[in-house]
Amino acid sequence: MSAQCNWQNVLTYSSAKALVGKAADSPYGRNLSATTVHQIPFAFQFRGEENVRVWRSCDALVAGRSPGVSVEASSHDVLLIGGGAAGLRAAIAAAEVNPKLNIAVVSKVYPMRSHTVSAEGGAAGVAKPDDSLDEHAYDTVSGGDWLSDQDAVEAFVAEAPQELAQLERWGCPWNREPDGHIAVRAFGGMRKMRTWFAADKTGFHMLHTLFQTTLKYQPISRYDEWFVTKLLVDDGVVRGVVAIELMSGRIQAILAKAVILCTGGCGRVFPFTTNANIKSGDGMALAFRAGAPLKDMEFVQYHPTGLPFTGILITEAARAEGGYMLNKDGYRYLQDYNLGKPEPKPVLRCMELGPRDRLSQAFVHEHYKGRTTETPYGPVVHLDLRHLGEKLINAKLPFVRELCQKYQNIDPVRELIPVRPVVHYMMGGVSTDIHGATPLHGLYAAGEVACVSLNGANRLGSNSLPECLVFGNRAGKAAAEFASQQEIGNGAVLAQAADEENRLKSEFLNKTGGHERIATIRTEMQTTVEQSAGIYREESLLREGLHKIMELQERYQDINLDDRSHTFNTELESALELGFMLDVAQSMVASAMHRTESRGAHQRTDFPMRNDEKFLAHSLLYRNFDGSARVEYSPVTIKRWPPGERVYGQQAQHPDAQAVQRVS
Amino acid sequence: MADKIVLEIARYSPESDHEPHFESYEVPVKREWVVLDALNHIKDNVDGSLTYRWSCRMGICGSCGMMVNGEPKLTCATFLSSYARNGNKIRVEPLRYFPVIRDLVTEIGGFMQKLKKAQPWLMRASNDQLSEGTYLQTPEQLDRYKQFSMCINCTLCYAACPVVGLDPVFIGPAALALAQRYNMDSRDQGAAERTATLAHPEGVWGCTFVGECTRVCPKHVDPAGAIQQYKIAAVIDWLKSFVTPRGRDAGSQAGND
Repeated sequence: MSAQCNWQNVLTYSSAKALVGKAADSPYGRNLSATTVHQIPFAFQFRGEENVRVWRSCDALVAGRSPGVSVEASSHDVLLIGGGAAGLRAAIAAAEVNPKLNIAVVSKVYPMRSHTVSAEGGAAGVAKPDDSLDEHAYDTVSGGDWLSDQDAVEAFVAEAPQELAQLERWGCPWNREPDGHIAVRAFGGMRKMRTWFAADKTGFHMLHTLFQTTLKYQPISRYDEWFVTKLLVDDGVVRGVVAIELMSGRIQAILAKAVILCTGGCGRVFPFTTNANIKSGDGMALAFRAGAPLKDMEFVQYHPTGLPFTGILITEAARAEGGYMLNKDGYRYLQDYNLGKPEPKPVLRCMELGPRDRLSQAFVHEHYKGRTTETPYGPVVHLDLRHLGEKLINAKLPFVRELCQKYQNIDPVRELIPVRPVVHYMMGGVSTDIHGATPLHGLYAAGEVACVSLNGANRLGSNSLPECLVFGNRAGKAAAEFASQQEIGNGAVLAQAADEENRLKSEFLNKTGGHERIATIRTEMQTTVEQSAGIYREESLLREGLHKIMELQERYQDINLDDRSHTFNTELESALELGFMLDVAQSMVASAMHRTESRGAHQRTDFPMRNDEKFLAHSLLYRNFDGSARVEYSPVTIKRWPPGERVYGQQAQHPDAQAVQRVS
Repeated sequence: MADKIVLEIARYSPESDHEPHFESYEVPVKREWVVLDALNHIKDNVDGSLTYRWSCRMGICGSCGMMVNGEPKLTCATFLSSYARNGNKIRVEPLRYFPVIRDLVTEIGGFMQKLKKAQPWLMRASNDQLSEGTYLQTPEQLDRYKQFSMCINCTLCYAACPVVGLDPVFIGPAALALAQRYNMDSRDQGAAERTATLAHPEGVWGCTFVGECTRVCPKHVDPAGAIQQYKIAAVIDWLKSFVTPRGRDAGSQAGND
């Protein structure tokens, strides 16, 4: 269907006008092959009474180079993939190690669109005299069901307060106590109040503070809206990437002496997730395809309180401030699941402040008992904030109220909020050491894309934002030091890049035939992963799921694009993301199938007990040369906290457990 | 509420079109659906070449701003149902006053440069750097700039501002509010540095106080308020300069008392 264009008052065609902005803002490093950065002209400009529109010409797209010429390339010392909290923190760290380094951030979105922006509740770091690093470490290790590497945990808890203070010195608007000191709040699974917060938009403020701060660092340049399709590896060393500039469709090699993956998680492999549309596990799949192992991919965190339909997250802070979880009878059902007794005020590590895995599992049991409420978007329970009052909700949880009003059309001051568990976070990821280094030389990873392992089998709320800072900083430094001893890649990687360019053209843009729609395969994948690797898992379903994903991978080869153009081809981007997600889905389901025990977020109905003898170990999934995968296991680093039982609730009786004291 | 509605969407591809045109698509109206859901429905099921940006779908990433029936809106926060009466149509266009790359995607490189011109980072006198620990800031001091720190860079205010439309070099509402966010921060000492950009015809003096920026802001940042606040500070500062010729420091008397 086509309607007539009605651009009234088209008065003048102005002359061609150079595009100011992106190209000028972002010096693309040193050009290797003699190419220039395109200054893309505008062919003409419409001027209307109220509209001034400039429509870009396509001339620049076809003017780049003739067929057969090798791929364009630029080069940097350190290249970040991803511009969220981890990526920007790593970029600053690298710049501070050596201001002479040439650092670039390549991201498929502008940095302030990165998913860090959605994080709400806060960032944990010991801040008050009644708290200690050991207690934060113990909460993290026990919260992770003893799968965390304790050397990583010790480094993390020691550096988190420094990193959060550094953010403060860069301008982050942390909430304050009346005397001007940093305020902290309670969070699930934490025995002390140690979560720094900026209202309930902590991730937003951290990301914008980091982004704005990077603007003053001259050595940091950016490739905004470039999509990375492949890591270039020569002789076992990562030498750069191939990326598509979305605006022009230009395919280019970006060479680097060290590459840091900071692409975040992969929630979009599930149908119902808090994760933004961009969270398609790109970095995990890029590393996996390049030969790096994925660690602990079976551990997927469900957050217990997502809004139905949208999957929008209602932050744990809502429970930390005193919210109740109610089943359809208005009963605080968590008391039936070894999480302690209901008290009017929140008690740390009890009831609503139990860990996320336990709360999400309790929901499933309530559903089996018929005590959830049915909605068009599946069963829900309710989060009750009404007793907190309008004043507290506005002061401490303004975003919760805004989200409920704007997206669910309810007001939590007066009404119950319908919630259900929703896929939130990936504990697993690209395997790294405590300096962010992967087993593949020249490749580093930090943030959700990585598995250090800090979070073990279940991450505690408010540990992920400081994780981005601590390990972003560590990876940035380590990569900068590695880069200073390296040479830039040579002809071998440029040949690989040319092959990749050919692949993108033959398999997508210039492909003939093809019958499958992206959305069809994506939906089937999401349903499959939820059915086989959801909150509870079992052998037969996992086996079936793995089979189905392999079938989808085959059907993916028969994909068809409606859009064959070069300019901002978001359908090509979706297709490439789907390819990444299928690899990630396969790794999740395969890892879950092989771990025949229950631990943290990985619950097997056919193996309900934790089995330390066999599985106090990280799973490592490798891709074989023939495209198949193999699972290996590596030991968990245990230092000061031997495996014990995870106990919540009963500790309310223990002398060192405290009732939450409210920060006024 | 009708159960279907027609979206008229501006389409333009520089590779095949000389000028933009509209295409119409009928989509189901569901109570929870926002305009962005309708665009996703079209892209997934009808035409995969429809081009737009989106990410968080919760009004915080700032990607999905478009003109909806002539108003700048975040499409993730604009319900279909609020338009679905009496056979109404919804007209979706790219944000006004920006160059268009394709369909609903605007070029924001110029906007990014304007943000940088505001020098949006905390500045301290060099001998006053904390090497560790945190600055003190009371809740009252936080409140003075907090509102201006809420900007998600969605650029709706640029699409609403007639001055931006007439004068592309005007630094614009979001960048001015961001500069004032730092000027008003009790920890910042960079107000004098920012004066060159702000107290300039392309800075606050470009603003004719139409106030549309504040009206369309989805985060209640009030850029118009920030600009007026700065103008007053700049005038006081200018008057002061006759008394003490050194140290023109607009905004500082508001921020660093």
